[in-house]
Amino acid sequence: MELTRMTAAELSAALATSEVSATEVTQAHLDRIAAVDDRVHAFLHIAADSALAQAADVDQRRATGEQLAPLAGVPVAVKDVFTTKNMPTTCGSRILDGWHPPYDATITRRLKQAGAIILGKTNMDEFAMGSSTENSAFGPSRNPWDLDKIPGGSSGGSAAAVAAYEAPLAIGTDTGGSIRQPAAVCGIVGTKPTYGGSSRYGVVAFASSLDTPGPFGRTVLDAALLHEAISGHDPMDSTSIDAPVPPVVAAAREADVSGMRIGVVTDLSGDGYQPGVLSRFAEAVELLESLGAKVTEVSCPHFKYALPAYYLIAPSECSSNLARFDAMRYGLRVGDDGTRDAEEVMALTREAGFGAEVKRRIILGAYALSSGYYDAYYGKAQQVRTLIIRDFDAAFGQVDVLVSPATPTTAFPLGERADDPMAMYLADLCTIPSDLAGNAAISVPCGLAAEDGLPVGLQVMAPALADDRLYRVAAAAEAAFAGRWGQPLLASAKGLGA
Amino acid sequence: MTTSTDTLVPFAEAVQRYEPLIGLETHVELGTRTKMFCGCLTTFGAEPNSQVCPVCLGLPGSLPVVNRMAIEHTIRIGLALNCSIATWCRFARKNYFYPDMPKNFQISQYDEPLCTDGWLDVRLDAIDHGESESGGTGAEGGSKRTVRVGIERVHLEEDTGKSLHVGGATGRIHGAEYSLVDYNRAGIPLVEIVTKPIEGTGADAPVAARAYVTELRDLLRSLGVSDVRMEEGSLRCDVNTSLAPRGSGRWGTRTETKNVNSLRSVERAVRFEIERQAAVLDSAGRVIQETRHFHEETGTTTPGRSKEEAQDYRYFPEPDLVPVAPPRDWVEQIKAALPETPSGRRARLQAEWDLSEADMTALQNAGALDLVAETVAAGASPADARKWWLGELSRRANDTGTELADLAITPAQVARIAELVSAGTLNDRLARQVIDAVLVGEGSPDEVVANRGLAVVSDEGALSAAIDEAIAANPDVVAKIRDGKVAAVGVLVGAVRRATGGKADAARVRELILQRLS
Amino acid sequence: MPITRDEVAHLARLSRIALSDAELDHLAPQLDQIITAVAQVQEVAAEGIPPTSHATGLTNVFRADEPVPCLTPEEALAQAPAVERQRFKVPRILGED
Repeated sequence: MELTRMTAAELSAALATSEVSATEVTQAHLDRIAAVDDRVHAFLHIAADSALAQAADVDQRRATGEQLAPLAGVPVAVKDVFTTKNMPTTCGSRILDGWHPPYDATITRRLKQAGAIILGKTNMDEFAMGSSTENSAFGPSRNPWDLDKIPGGSSGGSAAAVAAYEAPLAIGTDTGGSIRQPAAVCGIVGTKPTYGGSSRYGVVAFASSLDTPGPFGRTVLDAALLHEAISGHDPMDSTSIDAPVPPVVAAAREADVSGMRIGVVTDLSGDGYQPGVLSRFAEAVELLESLGAKVTEVSCPHFKYALPAYYLIAPSECSSNLARFDAMRYGLRVGDDGTRDAEEVMALTREAGFGAEVKRRIILGAYALSSGYYDAYYGKAQQVRTLIIRDFDAAFGQVDVLVSPATPTTAFPLGERADDPMAMYLADLCTIPSDLAGNAAISVPCGLAAEDGLPVGLQVMAPALADDRLYRVAAAAEAAFAGRWGQPLLASAKGLGA
Repeated sequence: MTTSTDTLVPFAEAVQRYEPLIGLETHVELGTRTKMFCGCLTTFGAEPNSQVCPVCLGLPGSLPVVNRMAIEHTIRIGLALNCSIATWCRFARKNYFYPDMPKNFQISQYDEPLCTDGWLDVRLDAIDHGESESGGTGAEGGSKRTVRVGIERVHLEEDTGKSLHVGGATGRIHGAEYSLVDYNRAGIPLVEIVTKPIEGTGADAPVAARAYVTELRDLLRSLGVSDVRMEEGSLRCDVNTSLAPRGSGRWGTRTETKNVNSLRSVERAVRFEIERQAAVLDSAGRVIQETRHFHEETGTTTPGRSKEEAQDYRYFPEPDLVPVAPPRDWVEQIKAALPETPSGRRARLQAEWDLSEADMTALQNAGALDLVAETVAAGASPADARKWWLGELSRRANDTGTELADLAITPAQVARIAELVSAGTLNDRLARQVIDAVLVGEGSPDEVVANRGLAVVSDEGALSAAIDEAIAANPDVVAKIRDGKVAAVGVLVGAVRRATGGKADAARVRELILQRLS
Repeated sequence: MPITRDEVAHLARLSRIALSDAELDHLAPQLDQIITAVAQVQEVAAEGIPPTSHATGLTNVFRADEPVPCLTPEEALAQAPAVERQRFKVPRILGED
């Protein structure tokens, strides 16, 4: 089998027995990138030299008989929001064009320590704000299913890379849905771990209380392997949870849902949901039931306020997080001609360096936090957040996991919502509640929509620290679908031809 | 701009017609080894940008982690100031743009400070030695009262970097062409202590402000939480002043004065603001609520840059940090280990030494309190210790223009000298010679006595001979003595002492002579 | 509560973004629309509901007062737009320090 068509689990096994070398695997993926990335534009930076050097190192260590981690020699694509020493980190923004961080994110370090091969940095909506990568300062990425469609966002580059077989694994961040939504529209698996389950140290902050690094893979097991490799307590991150990583890999292998109580969130349906998406979702629910799960309907009445609450909390935090980009210490500096003062240079730089969506959210955030408005906007949103957490708590008192479609629609065309922020925000309708509550959620492919033949994602949500339940359910669904479809869903993706 | 063109009302007049209300905000750099949110060193005076990391530089992706010792020190300060310690509180972001702030927000505390609602008793007559204000002060008239200064809050935040302004005339911001920023100081833990408004000080307002900062500084030093050096910036002060017409029952508009870099400046800044604001109010003007800058050279204040829009800091709870909920047993532990306060210590020593308040104050003002305490601890009586430090040694210090504490003699050595005098080995005159010798480095008191052979001559035989000689040589004096003019014996005593090279104990000689002649 | 173009301009200044007039014209109505939509949160009856600022429920996360190796001045200054005397060189700053 072509190395780029193998799953991470298969590559790991082949590498472990030296059936194949890390160098071969890496070169194969670099070749694939060279062949298709001019059309997909998943990558902002391809780290060919360092990837091959890492691969050579892994091969050498394996040759000496050293015991290596499961992902040693397996390529990974890294969203350009994670700091990587000696590699550019742009966050999809002009304001950080050319910035080489002097330190690695904790997750970057953990990947390197595991021997994973970092192929490069992937494209994203600027500073993780967006659902399509159209907000990237360096051009959008394209959906391998149909190159005129969005790959989702903000981690669209990572999702596209995996869907295009440029990498078996990728990492992204999920703040309002930025892993699950791209995974859903690209027909792959993506997980938002429990908030605090994966370290944010070295993840350029968008919304600090929501940002959650997580894995992409073409299979549930692959995502679980990566989930395990990057998770765990980090003393450099005060919001990091000091608890063992939930047994996600074991759960993915067990894939048994008999007796599990599954709740369908009735509020995540209705107007604005594409009929083809709802059909595939309904079938997925029936499938789970046929596998032995007990399905009921659950109401989470405050979920309808999740979107407005999110679009108050996230911009508020980001307006503060992005204040540091001021041309004084790193990054773009515009207008310093010797006559202007520091404030003018700051303002000119930020004007030139930030895109429209980022400016919108910064201003929105400043508004929501300003004295006189704080209570009615930010303060109120934080109260809504409490109510959403309580909805989840009540629901999880009755069921083990909740399910819904991952997105209201399939991948929409590039350009369709680019200058309609409110329409763009609707892409996150289903994913936002879990971000606000900090619990775990996954999107797993559940078919193609009849209208357009584009992938639909099934979202599974679990309580905080119960990430393993996600993989249990997702793996069961995946296996059952595989039986039904006869081949992986991605095999029918037409966008790239072969 | 360093000269003020303000009209002023002379201070004494101003405080007759107006009632001052003062408040102080003090920032204390904690003496922790590492910074507030990262493991960088806090050493003063390091090479620029050599004590920085992604966190204190605010690099994208960096995250803060709270230094436990900083929390402990802040609780310690709060307890020493009689505050309540929060059971649960959070850090908050204070958002504004300034090049010395790497994140363009400061992690601080807003409506949930770690400590609230305390007090500090301040004595107005105690002035820090070496910094006495020239010219009249409100305390001249002997204001000996104690003012209880209310403490509104004590909270924790991070310090900013430091800028060097290049190109302007004075190295200050005005007229500078550009600035150079060093972030070594960025992230050092800073405790902010805010007083409640201090009422009823009247003419003593300037002195009260200064006395508060002095007492606070001494308290902080005794807690071991900071080296509190105003000249190094580890203790910074902003002073708020407002005036209201006496008896009006309301408070006036207050100004905030920054750049107050010494205890003396605290006093001068308040004094100047009172004089300036009185003139404004006299002319039926309105005092502008503003931040003013104190100028050391002229003792005046000038307005800071006026901003078009008031600062909106958009405070919100810091999402990168979790709440701080100090367990009560931890707080109790810290409380139990609090050292004696400076005022508590003073009260205790005063009682132990059986001194009046005036005597105690004199000791403190002379900078001799600790020295006397150590001398007593080394075995001297309080009376002896005071006598030598306030007498002979103070004279020496004044003569050479040094501080008492900088004299080349230790309390232990002073105690030894006092002991030798008590034992009769030395008399006062000889003791003074020993002091001289110790000060120039001849050795310890015992070494000096031995080397110079300074012990009092009390061998009766040697004395006898000298006494016989003196009597024989001064028959007219002897006659006077026998006549009843006992005072004349002094001449004979002097003669005997000269004959013995000053080593005879005067009192003993006198006794012996009188015995012989009776 | 709709947001006016002036308010948007004020917030942009507060955020140190030198928006052009054309941008202001474009952004203001979009922001107005968004703010009207997010104001929906005010419909929620939230008397006595505590706000959530931290989802994890963690408290008292601390580090010991022990030094950790830091960046060298070269590393710290490597990406700076301008450097002089081992410091970050920035344009003149207005206002009192």
